[in-house]
Amino acid sequence: MAQIDAIVGWKDLPFGCHVYEPGSTAKFRTGDWRSQRPVLDKEKCIKCGMCWVFCPDMCYSQTEEGYFEANMEYCKGCGICAHECPKDAITMVPEED
Amino acid sequence: MGKRVGIEVSIAIADAVKLARADVIAAYPITPQTHIVEHLSEIVANGELDAEFITVESEHAAMSCCCGSSAAGARTYTATSSQGLALMSEILYHPGPMRLPIVMTVANRALAAPISIWNDHQDIMAQRDIGWIQTFAENGQEAVDLTLHAFRVAEDRKVSLPMIVNIDGFTLSHVIEPIVIPDQEEVDAYLPAFKPRVRLDVKKPVTMGPVGIPEVYTEAKMAHNEAIKASKRVILQGWKEFAEIFGREYNPVETYRSEDAEVLLVTMGSISETAMSAVDAMRDKGASVGLVRIRLWRPFPGPEFRKAAGKASVLAVIDRCLPPGAVCGPVGAELRSLFYKMPGAPKIFSFVAGLGGRDVTVERFEEIVDKARAYAKKRPTELYEVIGVREI
Repeated sequence: MAQIDAIVGWKDLPFGCHVYEPGSTAKFRTGDWRSQRPVLDKEKCIKCGMCWVFCPDMCYSQTEEGYFEANMEYCKGCGICAHECPKDAITMVPEED
Repeated sequence: MGKRVGIEVSIAIADAVKLARADVIAAYPITPQTHIVEHLSEIVANGELDAEFITVESEHAAMSCCCGSSAAGARTYTATSSQGLALMSEILYHPGPMRLPIVMTVANRALAAPISIWNDHQDIMAQRDIGWIQTFAENGQEAVDLTLHAFRVAEDRKVSLPMIVNIDGFTLSHVIEPIVIPDQEEVDAYLPAFKPRVRLDVKKPVTMGPVGIPEVYTEAKMAHNEAIKASKRVILQGWKEFAEIFGREYNPVETYRSEDAEVLLVTMGSISETAMSAVDAMRDKGASVGLVRIRLWRPFPGPEFRKAAGKASVLAVIDRCLPPGAVCGPVGAELRSLFYKMPGAPKIFSFVAGLGGRDVTVERFEEIVDKARAYAKKRPTELYEVIGVREI
């Protein structure tokens, strides 16, 4: 089950399940669907930002050092970042490890 | 006071939609519903109704348009039948939980195969659980009145749910009957302007129809189901107000000569008129027979039905639908569930009749009553029986 800040009972659901607040899906931390996580090798990374561009969940953000880091509260482990990385700097690692 | 005219029921329904001042009509023609939307397109083209008539490429598109226009705050109407209703199916499940008060006439018709344009209830029973309020009309006047009632109930802010008025294809849709067409002033007094609780508005953005993940879906279904159940109060209020303005009374369940009847026929739709003739004929011969007709199908009026069934010892339930491989027809199953293990519950026997335009005659009703009586004494081997089927 995902961790949800916005969880409510059926009586408190908005009329028709309408959503009035833009970006409210951020409250649905759905990263626990993930079966594997991206791990970055900073030796290989050239800080090009391709992972940030291609991430379908927009969970990458740039750190002060200039590297790109996936937010594990939202990353679904799809592996697109690893596939797109031109330097093979990202490896998908099973969550059990 | 309205004017009583001889008019085809489909044309009268179109006139009712005009009197209801519909804003958007999105529809695709299909027999036997075509005359309704054909006449509406003429009414709109002639400038008699200030509405947008959207000629769509399919029923799937028709219902999609209806969802959009209702969400935008327009009074929305469509009509369909049989294969058209089936093609709409994917979209039909959306407006209920999204609380979009679309009004639709379904001219009930059989489903293929084999191809049939004729009347039964298999099309709507296949869409039984789409989460719309549903009524069944018995005659042309009722088809008109229930159409006005549907707008009144569906758009009520306490309800805000889509609503279907079922009319039997051909038997009602293509028959010319004497019908009182109400005055515009009366309809305006009955039907206030549509004021949606929420509407699509660029100045106040809203997301309608979002994903419901497992943590939310059950609660969303619960909220919709409770809304359907709670709508009954407004449905009854809508009929009460209707009687006050138009002088015609409607109830969720109607009875005919049911007092002290041992056997009650249970019907929906236009065969109820033949059933009344059958009851008269059987009563003339001294049989203790009556009729209960279900007008409100969803939400199912359980307490009203139990009251209408009274102390009858046998119910002979007629389904105009044969669900292959099921225990019995949907109305029969509903009533068996309703009375299950209730003290003093009547014995319920399920019959399937009137498929694909097969007439259900007075004699057939008499046969059904005779069989139900016999089964009450000696339990039948099957849980339902198809009436009038040729064996050789």
